[in-house]
Amino acid sequence: MDSTTLTPQAGAVGQPAKGQQSPGLIDCDIHPALRTPADLDRFLSVRWREHRKTFGDHVRRATKAWIYHRMDNHGMRLDAMPPGGGPAASDLDFMRQQHLDAYGVTLGVLQPLSSAAYVRSREYSAALCRAMNEWQVEDWTRHEKRLKASIVVNPEFPEDAVREIDHWADHPDFVQITVPPRTSDPLGRQSYWPIFEAAERHDMAIGLHVGGVNGHPSGGAGWPSYYLEEHQTNAHTAQAIVTSMVIEGVFERFRHLRVVMIEGGFGWVPPLSWRLDKHWQRLRAEVPHVKRPPSEYVREHFWFSTQPMEESTNPQDIAELFDWIGWDRLVFASDYPHWDFDDPNYVFRTKVSPEQKRMVLRDNARAAFRLP
Amino acid sequence: MTTVPSGAIDCDIHPATPGLRALLPYLDEYWADAIVARGIDRQNLDLTSYPSNTPLAGRPDWRPEKGAPGTSFEMLKAQALDGFGTRYAICNPIHVAQVLANDYMAAALCRAMNDWLAKEWLDRDARLRGSILVPMQASELAVEEIERLAGDKRFVQVLTLAMGEQPLGKRAYWPIYAAAEKHQLAIGIHAGSMYRHAPTSVGWPSFYLEDYVAQSQAFQDQLLSLVSEGVFVKYPALKVVLIESGFTWLPSYIWRADKTWRGVRMEVPWVNRAPSEFLHENVRLTIQPTDAPPDPKQLTRICEQIGSDRMLLFSTDYPHWQFDGDEAIPQGLPASMMQNILVDNALETYPRLSQH
Repeated sequence: MDSTTLTPQAGAVGQPAKGQQSPGLIDCDIHPALRTPADLDRFLSVRWREHRKTFGDHVRRATKAWIYHRMDNHGMRLDAMPPGGGPAASDLDFMRQQHLDAYGVTLGVLQPLSSAAYVRSREYSAALCRAMNEWQVEDWTRHEKRLKASIVVNPEFPEDAVREIDHWADHPDFVQITVPPRTSDPLGRQSYWPIFEAAERHDMAIGLHVGGVNGHPSGGAGWPSYYLEEHQTNAHTAQAIVTSMVIEGVFERFRHLRVVMIEGGFGWVPPLSWRLDKHWQRLRAEVPHVKRPPSEYVREHFWFSTQPMEESTNPQDIAELFDWIGWDRLVFASDYPHWDFDDPNYVFRTKVSPEQKRMVLRDNARAAFRLP
Repeated sequence: MTTVPSGAIDCDIHPATPGLRALLPYLDEYWADAIVARGIDRQNLDLTSYPSNTPLAGRPDWRPEKGAPGTSFEMLKAQALDGFGTRYAICNPIHVAQVLANDYMAAALCRAMNDWLAKEWLDRDARLRGSILVPMQASELAVEEIERLAGDKRFVQVLTLAMGEQPLGKRAYWPIYAAAEKHQLAIGIHAGSMYRHAPTSVGWPSFYLEDYVAQSQAFQDQLLSLVSEGVFVKYPALKVVLIESGFTWLPSYIWRADKTWRGVRMEVPWVNRAPSEFLHENVRLTIQPTDAPPDPKQLTRICEQIGSDRMLLFSTDYPHWQFDGDEAIPQGLPASMMQNILVDNALETYPRLSQH
């Protein structure tokens, strides 16, 4: 096979080499930030502006910032602070310069991280979700055609979520519905199905980017002490979600539903699939609605973003892992501007064929998000 | 399939645990009286983690005609010990004593269970070894129980569940690790939950199957807790055995843990080596259930990717239904690791096996 080693070289991955067609680069995970909290005021009624200022977000944790502290700079790349001030990724021009242009990103999916998706007050949540969605259009996608937006919804209020999805689904700038993975109940449970029904009806993917708070410890062992632990639990949360959606029979009911797991890792996908298959075989009388081996639903309905890329001392292990998952299921993500950002120039440390590279950097995301 | 050669050490078998009435002779006067007076002995305190009628809880040919799987000593002897030609088999009782809220009652029941295990099982066959149940939530009482039994070398480890009140690395548990290390007892973490909180970070699953699958992720949380809190720095000789955890998740788990540690190690300066080094040195896993890939060659690769041939321990998980016939060794386990898996790793992990 004609293969190339992507040796470390800085540069615009998505840009064509001389005389070649652009391979394109789709980045499935870019985090836009509000310059100041007041940026959202334009999209809120007086009532909710006042509420936000006076009472703030009532969420299930003890402090406003997460107690699993990142390194300096709130988990942002130190070099990502815009020269004109404001938080990382709050300045479109600087994002263009540092990220979109620098790497030749042809399409970037915005993943706004917002308490809108998990505040407890229903009406306030609905107002915040609408504001976050308007903000993405007004401050980002209207000005930069390479950026695409995500419909922010609060899954705990499925009726509101569906209304929000219906409101935006035909807008050309929105490419997915983003649901915070840390739901109150496992996401496969039937109370959440109206959201899947809407996603399927609009032929939109559900994106699950790590984050959110739900009052449950971040793992089955309980509340960890350190960010080192909490960071790894993202991969465990992702496994719990895949398990729930498959075992509840979501994909028997919604046969065209597409789910993109973002920043939850992917090394666990084969072993989880094997475990599900083995124990489903033994216990399937409990779940007769799961008609096929669970691994088949995983293989058909889920995509996984690459960042943070798993790293073995033997880079060949990662290529093998890709083989086991399926090269068509992995989508590139940078996580710009977060500290554990993956640079597309350095991300593959093993031999990949041009075809495989094109799949991970572009084609798979096109399929997952139904992009042109 | 590979059949099990004679002389293997089976690191996980399950004699059925008794109801409280059977434990009355092993309780002190207060608890024997209180349990009857309060009618606690007439309640069904079977754990929900292992409903005895599920296919998983008992292989069809390992179920007695009456009673729960693992009830009959004669069957266990014929099927688990004679059947696999086992040199030693470690009994891991899973019991209500491990999930109680009342610290004193938990301590009393753990004590009773340990004495029951010694008398009803260990005394009956020289190949049987035991795990000590302790009230994990009350470390002083747990240490007392470890000290009480440390002289009986047939007890080779201290047993806890994968999901307790706090992550196992927390300092509240350290006295237990100090006592275990002192007496060369391993810490066995067995699948199961106190159900103090949801088994997943996204809440309570609907089905038993999901709970069982989620055990693996809880084990993964526990390992990183033990590493991050510095348990293996403080107790370098401590061995932790994951029992019924699956193990094919281990390579990618290690890669991720090492990578994250490189990024954020400033947060845990006492973790002076990569997580993989501690895991290779201090952590062991039993092989059943093997959540095996479809192709045995993949399982061989997984074993190679683990990066150590000292981590896996032979187990049957008798009488749980993890495999059929005598296929306790999954296809694909490298032949070069077999002696370690069957015998040598267990002898290193459980030095007390060689001391009785």
